[in-house]
Amino acid sequence: MDDYSEKLRKWVLIIVMHLVAVLAWQAWITIGEVEPYIMPAPLDTFATLLEYETYKWGHNTLITAASVYGGFWLAVVVGVVLAVLFSWSRWLNDAFMPLIVSLNMIPKVALGPIFIVWFSYGLGPNILIAFSICFLPILITTTRGLNEVEPELIDLVRTLRASRWQIFTKIQLPGALPFIFSGMKVAVVLAVAGAIVGEFIASEEGLGYLMMQVQVTLDTAGMFMAVLMITAVGVTLYGIVLLLERLLVVRDARME
Amino acid sequence: MNAEPSFISLQGVRKVYRGRKEDFLAVSDVTFDVQAGELVSMVGPSGCGKTTLLKILAGLHSHEEGTVRIGSQADSFDAARDIGMVFQQPLLLKWRRVMENVLLPAEILGLPMAEARARAGHLLEMVGLSGFAQSYPYELSGGMQQRAAIARALVHDPKLILMDEPFGALDALTREKMNLELLRIWGESGKTIVFVTHGIQEAVFLGSRVVVLTAGPARMADNFLVDLPYPRGLDLKTQKAFGDYTRRIYKLLGME
Ligand SMILES: Nc1ncnc2c1ncn2[C@@H]1O[C@H](COP(=O)(O)OP(=O)(O)OP(=O)(O)O)[C@@H](O)[C@H]1O
Ligand SMILES: [Mg+2]
Repeated sequence: MDDYSEKLRKWVLIIVMHLVAVLAWQAWITIGEVEPYIMPAPLDTFATLLEYETYKWGHNTLITAASVYGGFWLAVVVGVVLAVLFSWSRWLNDAFMPLIVSLNMIPKVALGPIFIVWFSYGLGPNILIAFSICFLPILITTTRGLNEVEPELIDLVRTLRASRWQIFTKIQLPGALPFIFSGMKVAVVLAVAGAIVGEFIASEEGLGYLMMQVQVTLDTAGMFMAVLMITAVGVTLYGIVLLLERLLVVRDARME
Repeated sequence: MNAEPSFISLQGVRKVYRGRKEDFLAVSDVTFDVQAGELVSMVGPSGCGKTTLLKILAGLHSHEEGTVRIGSQADSFDAARDIGMVFQQPLLLKWRRVMENVLLPAEILGLPMAEARARAGHLLEMVGLSGFAQSYPYELSGGMQQRAAIARALVHDPKLILMDEPFGALDALTREKMNLELLRIWGESGKTIVFVTHGIQEAVFLGSRVVVLTAGPARMADNFLVDLPYPRGLDLKTQKAFGDYTRRIYKLLGME
């Protein structure tokens, strides 16, 4: 019961703080008499939601969500699989890890124009940009997690003649889960940034593209709403990650 | 000479760690026998090679010279199934409940799980954790976690239990309690136990035999039977015979 009221208190606080932020924003505009093209009021911003024909919110948000989610989950799969392969083979790790770290130094955004040449405009290049920007943290945290096993525990199961597969499934992988999730939380933010920047340069739809379009007419309210929608896409994904973590990782092992 | 063949026999065991710069002689000329059902305390200063010897017994380390034999014609020994290990840290898997932790060796060995589960239940009762089978390790105190680790070491019904300073991380009071518990568990299970400690009092209090090791040169200084009757209680520590044994060890370790 106590746990419940504690949770309730937390949620009320979260909602109140968000409302306060919006109110402060409105107050600043009203009192400061800020020009709407510099800074739109919250009400004007939300009003853009009604003009579906101009903004196509549903469609654009779906497109952006598709690049963010596509790039993110691709990164999770590729990052975890590579980390597992690297933990199995010292040789693979030594051969490919330095290469991956070097490749990571490439400014991913600069790949946009090249991706357009390869794949033309559309979802594909954006998913790839989001993927390439957020996969390394997952690879690195997972690798760390898989190696973070107490040597004495390995001794203990070795006396029982545990197979490599048993050590992997019973000890390494579950032990790495908290690490994987901490990498995923970092990756969510990067995936959103990657997808939007991709849409700035290599897309004809999506919220990033929409922002570039309405910018021409100094439609700040539209741009603000687009930013809010992008944020909502990110927050939703973050929420899904937190939920999965809650389901899969025992409380004590979570890295918060 | 004993007519009955001993359960463990170490003959002139020597172990050298191969270092990058120079080799390090960790164990030199260790010879002693252990009868089935004995509780042997192995005592010595830090770094004298106790853990190394235990790992040799566990088959985790090779040795350069000498012979190590465990089991006899009459009393067979299967290295994979007949060793249970307990370390200074409980090394429980955070994401498994206590029952599931205790069952780990049974899972690795592929034992019939229904039987193993029943056995684990009895063992948890024996170590005083019957109410905590469904708890997670973080819900247990250090002493309780170590008791779960002892239950885990017994779940596959091994003939030999190797313990490396199992109570070294506990406070003095809990440690005394655990000593009494261990004697009771040993009495009930009838296992052969090799118990590594750097506590001289603990070594004498628990052991039916004490093996004393000295550091640099790392060799065996003494090996004697402790002729004090079981069951032993804490009042034993005030008796003269107990003091004689501990003094004998202090002298060997140059502390008198
Ligand atoms: N893998 C290793 N490689 C090289 N030297 C080692 C290795 N393991 C242990 N040693 C050395 O061997 C010696 C004996 O180590 P060991 O761990 O057996 O001591 P110990 O008696 O268990 O000490 P403690 O009471 O501190 O646990 C130490 O001096 C240590 O530095
Ligand atoms: Mg040691």
